[in-house]
Amino acid sequence: MELTSSGLKDFFKEVVEMIEKEKDYLCELDRKLGDGDHGVTMSIGWQAVNNKLNNELADIEDCGKVSITVGKTFLNAVGSSVGPLYATGFMRGAKIAKNKTVLNERDLTEYWVAFAKGVKERGQAEVGDKTMVDTLEPFANTLEVSINNSQEFEAAFSDAVKAAEKGMNSTKDIISKKGRSSRLGDRSIGVQDPGATSAYFILSKFLHFIKSNSAKTV
Amino acid sequence: MKKLVNNPVNVVEEMVEGYVRAHPDYIKQLQSNDRALVNARETKENKVGILIGGGSGHEPGFLGYVGEGMADGVAVGNIFASPSPDPILEVTKAIDKGAGVVYLYGNYAGDVMNFGMAAEMADLEEDIKVGMALATDDVASAPKEEKDKRRGIAGEFFIYKAAGAAADFGYDLEEVVRIAKKANQNTRSMGVGTSPCYLPQTGEPSFEIGDNEMEIGLGHHGEPGIEKGPLETADKIADRLVNDILADIEITKGEEVAVLVNGLGSTPKMDLYIVYRRVEQILSERGIKIYRSYVGDYITSLEMGGCSVTLMKLDKELTDTIDHPVNCPMFVQK
Repeated sequence: MELTSSGLKDFFKEVVEMIEKEKDYLCELDRKLGDGDHGVTMSIGWQAVNNKLNNELADIEDCGKVSITVGKTFLNAVGSSVGPLYATGFMRGAKIAKNKTVLNERDLTEYWVAFAKGVKERGQAEVGDKTMVDTLEPFANTLEVSINNSQEFEAAFSDAVKAAEKGMNSTKDIISKKGRSSRLGDRSIGVQDPGATSAYFILSKFLHFIKSNSAKTV
Repeated sequence: MKKLVNNPVNVVEEMVEGYVRAHPDYIKQLQSNDRALVNARETKENKVGILIGGGSGHEPGFLGYVGEGMADGVAVGNIFASPSPDPILEVTKAIDKGAGVVYLYGNYAGDVMNFGMAAEMADLEEDIKVGMALATDDVASAPKEEKDKRRGIAGEFFIYKAAGAAADFGYDLEEVVRIAKKANQNTRSMGVGTSPCYLPQTGEPSFEIGDNEMEIGLGHHGEPGIEKGPLETADKIADRLVNDILADIEITKGEEVAVLVNGLGSTPKMDLYIVYRRVEQILSERGIKIYRSYVGDYITSLEMGGCSVTLMKLDKELTDTIDHPVNCPMFVQK
């Protein structure tokens, strides 16, 4: 498949809708670990993004410009820790997409790998710290390996999202080491990390998006 | 939970608007960013700028401490969430008087990233020198060996006080940073939560707690504490808090401290003074002198119940900063 800037914008709009649906669930998870606002925070950020998509970005055809604007808009609307983390992800992706009006499968692979690595670098977290990285690192590693083996983007992305899901689920069993919840010690066990969850939702939304538009340019 | 709000989504904007209109002689909103507020009164040329900031919901922290003798500007975040780099950078540009700007904030992952990004931009894009000092006063937030992981809570107030005074004394950037770090080094806090706060957007409590329970060592965003225990008397709570603090920092007989008994939003002054009474007894039994005391709501967590106790060990230099007069909308010291 190939993704045009308008396809990329459609994907971001689906993320906006998805976050509105999952907002309460993300808050519920966060209440057990932090201050209970992860869903609210994500919603504030993606609503700001939605506004840009419908206005300034409506006629923009450079995928890099779209992605960097999504990142910066999210950052300025949110602040917090998820602001710089997701913003860095989308800005690193933007580097791959710079000056491109269409992203091919190789670009998309590099985009999502850069996204995951950017988040990890900004947050300085490792797998096992009970953060977004528990979702993103296995996702990126699997995507890279699987694409090299199969050369089949949709199948590789699907494998990668499965690894992301496994990573997300693993956060239930570990003690938080980063962020506010790290102070909880054993009390953080049993609760799935909200950041790992929202990261999984975004990746799985992208999988859903490419599956419904496979074998064509969108 | 009943709150006096309009649309919960707009609480921060509407609070800032109300605050700026209530105190136009003290504070102004920058046109470039409505989350960027600066002192309305001219500050001295070549004075180091003091920038504070953090999430909303801690009022009078942080916007209440912009004024003479304390901060020159504040970047306002969403509820309990760090401001983004944008307002931080705008405040930096507005308050730089040629001597650089010092960022003071709590050691939270989000604040570290956003203030860090803003500092990089200030250096790269604006050529403004930025210094930083982080508050890590909460003894309950990490063990002593991992002090760099500790969070800032009410003790941030003393750090603002010390750094604000140092900047007023005409110290340069490095010296102001040194004093702010020293104030942090000498400050310890710990708190208990007796009832949760409620986020305006969700209306949900930040933690579940029984009528006869308290959270010991809680964070000031409504995070649960390090342990839940049965609700104790004010004296026993004060004993626990002061003992944990004194186990963490050596303060010997004859030394002087500043004391802050801080309410978290819904604790009456009556209760806070009852706690202070016991704090004073413990310190006086140990021969530690209270040089100056502060009792009230200094850094809150919306309507959370409970309190924190902060001690700052003083020497001559820190005593001078504590004595320095302050004139802010929400805090005046003559």
